[in-house]
Amino acid sequence: MELRGTGDLAVVIERATGSVQILDTSSRTSIGQVKGLGDLSHASIVYSRDARYAYVFGRDGGLTKIDILEQKIVKRVIQSGNSIGGAISQDGRLLAVSNYTPGGVKVFNSSTLELIADIPAVGNNGLRSKVVGLVDAPGQQFVFSLYDAGEIWIVDFSDGKPEIRKFTDIGLLPYDGLISGNGRFYIAGLFGEDGLALLDLWNIQDGVKRILSDYGKGQRKMPVYKMPHLEGWAITDNYAFLPAVGRNTVLVVDRNTWKEVKQIPVHGQPIFVMSRPDGRQVWVNYAFPNNDTVEVIDTLTLEKMKTLKPGKAVLHMEFTPRGEHVWISARDNNWIKVFDTDTFEVLTTLPAKKPSGIFMSSRAHQTGL
Amino acid sequence: MLPMRKLKIIIMQLKRICRRDFLFALIFVCGTSAVTAEITEARQAELLNLLRQDCGSCHGMTLKGGLGPALTPDALATKSGEMLVQTIIGGRPGTPMPPWAPFLSQEEAWWLVNILKEGTGVVAQP
Ligand code: HEC
Repeated sequence: MELRGTGDLAVVIERATGSVQILDTSSRTSIGQVKGLGDLSHASIVYSRDARYAYVFGRDGGLTKIDILEQKIVKRVIQSGNSIGGAISQDGRLLAVSNYTPGGVKVFNSSTLELIADIPAVGNNGLRSKVVGLVDAPGQQFVFSLYDAGEIWIVDFSDGKPEIRKFTDIGLLPYDGLISGNGRFYIAGLFGEDGLALLDLWNIQDGVKRILSDYGKGQRKMPVYKMPHLEGWAITDNYAFLPAVGRNTVLVVDRNTWKEVKQIPVHGQPIFVMSRPDGRQVWVNYAFPNNDTVEVIDTLTLEKMKTLKPGKAVLHMEFTPRGEHVWISARDNNWIKVFDTDTFEVLTTLPAKKPSGIFMSSRAHQTGL
Repeated sequence: MLPMRKLKIIIMQLKRICRRDFLFALIFVCGTSAVTAEITEARQAELLNLLRQDCGSCHGMTLKGGLGPALTPDALATKSGEMLVQTIIGGRPGTPMPPWAPFLSQEEAWWLVNILKEGTGVVAQP
């Protein structure tokens, strides 16, 4: 193998075939495929801190460590019946996986994939809960939400052993969570009611606050055909941009007061609301049946500036680390399109089988990704 | 075009008769085989894709469960077809299960329920 770095590599999930492709984002080509990863519907990836290994969290509870240079599976374990995502600790040594069934979080040694801790998510109501919105936070912490129980938990591994802090009654049915890039704010989106739950990790004694609790006032909530994702934190100089649940709306929040600034009407129910790394644009994709469209919002005017049709069933968008390009997967067209974010021109179209998430290796160095 | 339409009308009438007057066994016959006849192959392919991909986003692509419960033959064995069709068409208010009425006819929902109960909608993993 020729010597090369991994800094411009990416991995894309191929849902239907249980495989991933390894992409070179400089030459904009596919440089390999790794198969045998199980059920990858709703799969996600985090990277080792040297950005050589990708950890794939599969729907079937599979956790697979892939060497993206050698393009092979290094290790694979089935760690639960049904998992939803994962995170890697600040120091890169711990991998946490959030599970639906049985509901909880398992923590593994990231080099050997040996189990270190098993944390069942039993809520205040005594019932085991699905776990969603798992992220890493500074200080060897993981933060996640209990879907059925409506709680947020922080697990602190700084002493080697897990120490858990629980916040109860945070709102009905948290469906996903995210953490700001600096690791300060954890936000859980609520399905069961309007609003979001906000935890300031710099002031945890203040507890969880509800924000935007009346964003849907006077409007009829529409059925939701796909849950929004909160993974990409769209935060710019002054604002945070968040998807409204069951509404064709992007919510703009003042990031100091957490008050609503504006509701931007959009083409459908937002799934991902992601800011370009420089914060100058926010890109939004939509739930079924509006999932052939991506819109771009100008973050100075807070108006839509561009509508794109990248293909049928657009599932994910990933910016290159400095934001000049965005890679977009269109599941039902079996392709990935690379757009220039200034001219909106399509630079490349690459084939992929039912592609979903695209994960660039630069995530290795970002909190919460 | 015309024969197809006629067939549809006949099927609809048959079903109406079934619902009103006949025995359970006959309802079963009308409810399954007749219904399949009126969903074109192309539409069946679309429905299967919808099931795996769009239902799959909550129920798992292999339908073994996710945010929504498993829709495997085992999980559905004791549940009535009518109830499941009603759930698909009308959704379950207060839960994330949305009503699919805007995208699916009653017949198509029945077709999906039969697929689910038979377990033939699940993709084999490579
Ligand atoms: C946005 C998420 C979501 C999507 C998309 C979704 N479901 Fe559901 N579904 C649920 C949830 C959650 C439940 C459980 C509701 C409850 O708590 O009673 C459910 C329940 C059901 C049930 C009843 C199961 C039982 O055991 O009673 C059926 C059948 C079903 N869904 C079929 C479908 C089909 C078919 C589709 C696609 C056309 C679909 N669902 C799409 C979330 C979803």
